[in-house]
Amino acid sequence: MSSYAYRHYPYVRPPELDRPGARRPVVIVGAGIAGPTLALSLAVRGVPVLLLDDDDTVSLGSRSICQAKHSLEIWDRFGIAQRMVEKGITWEEGEVYLRDQPIYRFNLQPEPGHKFPAFVNLQQYYVEEYLYERCAIEPLIEMRHRNKIVGVAPRDDGVTVTVETPDGRYDLETDWLAACDGVRSPVRHLLGLPYPGEVFHDQFLIADIRLAGDLPRERRFWFYPPFHPTNSVLLHRQADDILRVDFQLGRDADPDEEKKPEKIDRRLRQMFGPEARWEHEWSSVYTFTCRMMERFVHGRVVFAGDAAHVVSPFGARGGNAAVADADNLAWKLARVIAGRSPASLLDSYCSERRAASRENIRQSTRSTDFITPKFEASRIIRDATLSLARDFPFARALINSGRLSVPTAHGGSPIDTPDADDDWSGGPSPGRAALDAPAGNGWLIDRLGLDFTLLTFGDQVAAPADLTPLAIDGSGLAAKRYDARPGTTYLVRPDRYVAARWRRYDEAAVQAALARAAGH
Amino acid sequence: MEGALRRTLNLAQPDEIYNAIVDAHKGLSDEDCRAFDARLILLLVNHIGDEAVIREALKEATA
Repeated sequence: MSSYAYRHYPYVRPPELDRPGARRPVVIVGAGIAGPTLALSLAVRGVPVLLLDDDDTVSLGSRSICQAKHSLEIWDRFGIAQRMVEKGITWEEGEVYLRDQPIYRFNLQPEPGHKFPAFVNLQQYYVEEYLYERCAIEPLIEMRHRNKIVGVAPRDDGVTVTVETPDGRYDLETDWLAACDGVRSPVRHLLGLPYPGEVFHDQFLIADIRLAGDLPRERRFWFYPPFHPTNSVLLHRQADDILRVDFQLGRDADPDEEKKPEKIDRRLRQMFGPEARWEHEWSSVYTFTCRMMERFVHGRVVFAGDAAHVVSPFGARGGNAAVADADNLAWKLARVIAGRSPASLLDSYCSERRAASRENIRQSTRSTDFITPKFEASRIIRDATLSLARDFPFARALINSGRLSVPTAHGGSPIDTPDADDDWSGGPSPGRAALDAPAGNGWLIDRLGLDFTLLTFGDQVAAPADLTPLAIDGSGLAAKRYDARPGTTYLVRPDRYVAARWRRYDEAAVQAALARAAGH
Repeated sequence: MEGALRRTLNLAQPDEIYNAIVDAHKGLSDEDCRAFDARLILLLVNHIGDEAVIREALKEATA
């Protein structure tokens, strides 16, 4: 059914089946999006990683397709983002229709001067393939396929992991265990940890099809289209001339009936007309849940990605949040393992990423409530908003067909230092992601280090050791985006979030903010 | 044809306000919804005060 050629990655008999192996600093369970991203983020910081995967191939089906700018910037650190851009479909614009009329266009990145676009649509199997290939050439990463975790015994200073392979079981000792093992997380189940949240009953049909002809690049969303008059439809283009069509089916649809190929074809025929020809790639009838663990760090076991939190698909906040988790966790864990920060630094991973999950769940629940109103008055207000949208720009702004993923701000994180100067009128405040801009012959985002960076506008200062100094011209677009004047100084974290900023360089203030950001 | 009625967005956090309006209707019967909307309209209309704006809105809200 799929045009993607799934390769099977080789299983190699692990030596631990025959004799005990060395204790590992980090074992990661799960090779979806979060696991390999975390493995690479640790390896580039010098931490050896063992990555366990229970099967031997990439994601079945396209699944997460909208790769956001922030994720591309993170993957770019491993040299694989350009390949994703080249293979995928770059898009920044979206169009919303009411019945057969376009009522609203939006541009997610209206201003040029960024290395990466707002979004690249690329099927999850390609993302995983590129991550796996990059892991394979990384000397510090050992990836084991068909190694399934079946036991977890946490202790104060580490974890004993029991792994099942085609040749039997073995035990592993590790200082840290990162569970990136998906929404049904075996690690979470083995530890008996709850996964509280909300179940939604509206059903949706995804039909990924290969369609000949001229395909739109932008995201399209219809309320009450003529070809599906009772509900909404979302259309996205992916690599290899594949379209994702997402039909809202309502609460009462019969999933077994809706899955039948002839039924799906009938829906597609109404949408694309009698002349259209397509092949099926993947289809799925789904409902969704919004859930979040109460804590992401349980002693030496850390959860990331869908294992820790899940949201509805509206807004592309699943896979992109998994990448952000990995990026937030990696530098902290690397510092703790190297003895440069106390283990309590990981508490900020939990608080920052739980705040991000709350925000993602809030946003995606709102989009869901707009797309699938839960009660009559809600539907009437929604439809009134739609009916005003053509003539009233304010109503267009209220249409919520998915507020698309942007880096979450974690204002008030204990490791960030709030502004002391009161004359900021813009720029990323502490707790916000650093912004890209042209810098020299390249991009600002490329010049932020794997550890802390001291970004100054104007003259270079004598930065303390431990900091990557970066001086940027005080008159360009970067200065404008950072609300900078000569002397403006930003302390940027290893995950390229702003830890602190000042109107003028003060070494003692920088040292204090650095110590705080490092968890001391 | 633009008159006195504002057409562009005038809310700093539009999703918040939208959500608050929807939530205020949660659990109300149809009749209670109509009564709620009527009170809300009267409160806001009095606050706006400008008769030209109100008359234009009355016209625009007619489907």
